[in-house]
Amino acid sequence: MKIIVCVKQVPDTSGVVAVKADGTMDRAAMATISNPDDMNALEAALQIKETNPDVKVCVVSMGPPPTESMLRECLAMGADEAYLVSAREFGGADTWATSNTLTAAIEKIGVDKGDIVMCGRQAIDGDTAQVGPQIAEKLGLPQVTYVTAIDYKDGELTVRRELEDGYMTIKVQTPCVLTCIKELNTPRYMSVSGIMDCYAKPYTMWDFNALIDSKWIGAVENVGLKGSPTQVYKSFSPPVKGAGTMLEGADKATCEKLVSILGEKHII
Amino acid sequence: MAYNSKDTAAFKGVWVFCEQRDGVILGTGYQLLSEGRKLADDLGVELCGVLLGSDVNETYAKALGGYGADRVYICDHPLLKDYTTDAYTKVLCDLVEEKKPEVFLIGATNIGRDLGPRVAARLHTGLTADCTHLDVDVEKYKAFLKTTSTIDVDNTPFEDNKNLKMTRPAFGGHLMATIVCPDYRPQMSTVRPGVMQTQAFDEAKSQQTVLEKVDVKLDASDIHVDLIEIKKSAKKLVDLIGADVVVAVGRGISSNPTRGIEIAEELANVLGGVVGASRAIVDAGFISADHQVGQTGKTVHPKIYVALGISGAIQHLAGMQDSECIISVNKNAAAPIFDVSTYGITGDLFKVGPMLTEAIKAFKASKG
Repeated sequence: MKIIVCVKQVPDTSGVVAVKADGTMDRAAMATISNPDDMNALEAALQIKETNPDVKVCVVSMGPPPTESMLRECLAMGADEAYLVSAREFGGADTWATSNTLTAAIEKIGVDKGDIVMCGRQAIDGDTAQVGPQIAEKLGLPQVTYVTAIDYKDGELTVRRELEDGYMTIKVQTPCVLTCIKELNTPRYMSVSGIMDCYAKPYTMWDFNALIDSKWIGAVENVGLKGSPTQVYKSFSPPVKGAGTMLEGADKATCEKLVSILGEKHII
Repeated sequence: MAYNSKDTAAFKGVWVFCEQRDGVILGTGYQLLSEGRKLADDLGVELCGVLLGSDVNETYAKALGGYGADRVYICDHPLLKDYTTDAYTKVLCDLVEEKKPEVFLIGATNIGRDLGPRVAARLHTGLTADCTHLDVDVEKYKAFLKTTSTIDVDNTPFEDNKNLKMTRPAFGGHLMATIVCPDYRPQMSTVRPGVMQTQAFDEAKSQQTVLEKVDVKLDASDIHVDLIEIKKSAKKLVDLIGADVVVAVGRGISSNPTRGIEIAEELANVLGGVVGASRAIVDAGFISADHQVGQTGKTVHPKIYVALGISGAIQHLAGMQDSECIISVNKNAAAPIFDVSTYGITGDLFKVGPMLTEAIKAFKASKG
């Protein structure tokens, strides 16, 4: 049995974000990390592998060649095989076009009876949460998103799906697609032996021509910017609002002054 | 003729998916109908609510008209009682393929964010996630940009068409982006709960609503999951969206999160409010996700918003900047939160927070 985990290398948007003069993000100037939710997906796959030794964990990513560093880390954590899909043609993709490319790659790896595809719920650079469900649709598989617990026994898969006000317990047929959130687990670190082994494990890179025969690709018009139904119309930074009142000091008198202003204006 | 999502001229009308849980329609549905009404008026087309469920209560369906719907499609089937991706996607896609709406809005709840992308993928169209502003009219969009962007609107060319302009924070909330889907229909968007304001209920309009029952084609074999149970959280969730006062904490409490949250609770108590938090604090596990304000959390517009130790990333500002009065306490005088604040104090929240609580207590006591 196989578990295919989709992972993405993302700019670390929690730190300083570099913005170019034209208003787009300067990715080259920013540190990159493995997308956090994706690491929860990988950890879940590795945990299933621990109790089911016949499981093979494959990681797949779409991104520029330096994405290899993240994939090697996934191998060092315990994944068995890595696949990088990388070509200029795939660049600038929205979620529709991204899911075309990833679906093509996943089908080339092969989804067989009993397999599971896992993704993070969303990537921190886009926050859309759309690629997982769109891969599921294109693979023709059932999906469960926002997964916070997985029970896998004898080929039976039961998961817990988070709602805003509770959760659902769902038994899902396999093969299927699950998208994972951070409540699911704590991702492991790379092990020393894992780091030693990660360059010996199977690593495959596919370019545009390697996937062109997929029914999801076929032509350059179906991937990347050209294959994206959505386009950026304008991007902008919010203006500085008319500055409010900065109060002098930070002591008891300051607080009393603020409260008296709020009182005068009937705000409190 | 086969369904073709690129035949844009064939699509007409604005739709809103009105999510129900346990037969009760979520507030997001009313918010989106109120917003959808404006879009439908600008386009000169019908606004339709789409309601899926089992034994759907027609009073609820009519009520959707009171918030703006001209027509409500009712998809009533035992297999639609509780949400499953498979059943809801099939029924919605069948209906879109038959009726062809040009705009389709879905609330960005955990369920809406499961359903939207699946539907968009099946229909071969674009979907923009977690929008905070929608326009079809170019002049209205330009007016929006004038107040919310640094773009020199009068000296910038704009294509004059009625495509849906979907604005959302991008790149972790550090920029805003307006997205269009010019060549495919429907133009789909998910919208965060609490972002759009619900208009007043109109009883007369509600009575005029056309209820249209849809012939649902659904079979148990269409569904590949088995929903074993739905469990409501025992813990009472904080009602951020309905709160008049929100006291929120950010990274500034990191040196002592327990005390930081306690300070916020005390201040919230004297003001009759609730505690909110930035994404960093939720991600660090100091407080549960129902407290999160911002693009990936909740959007609030309380009367008073107190920001304690919050620097003010765009992703956070997107969720609170329309609050009536914003009071910020931050050690860093250059923190962006001060740019949107009504009142600011440069100082340590661990010291200023309790003093503020005491000052308010004293003020209230003096008023008897």
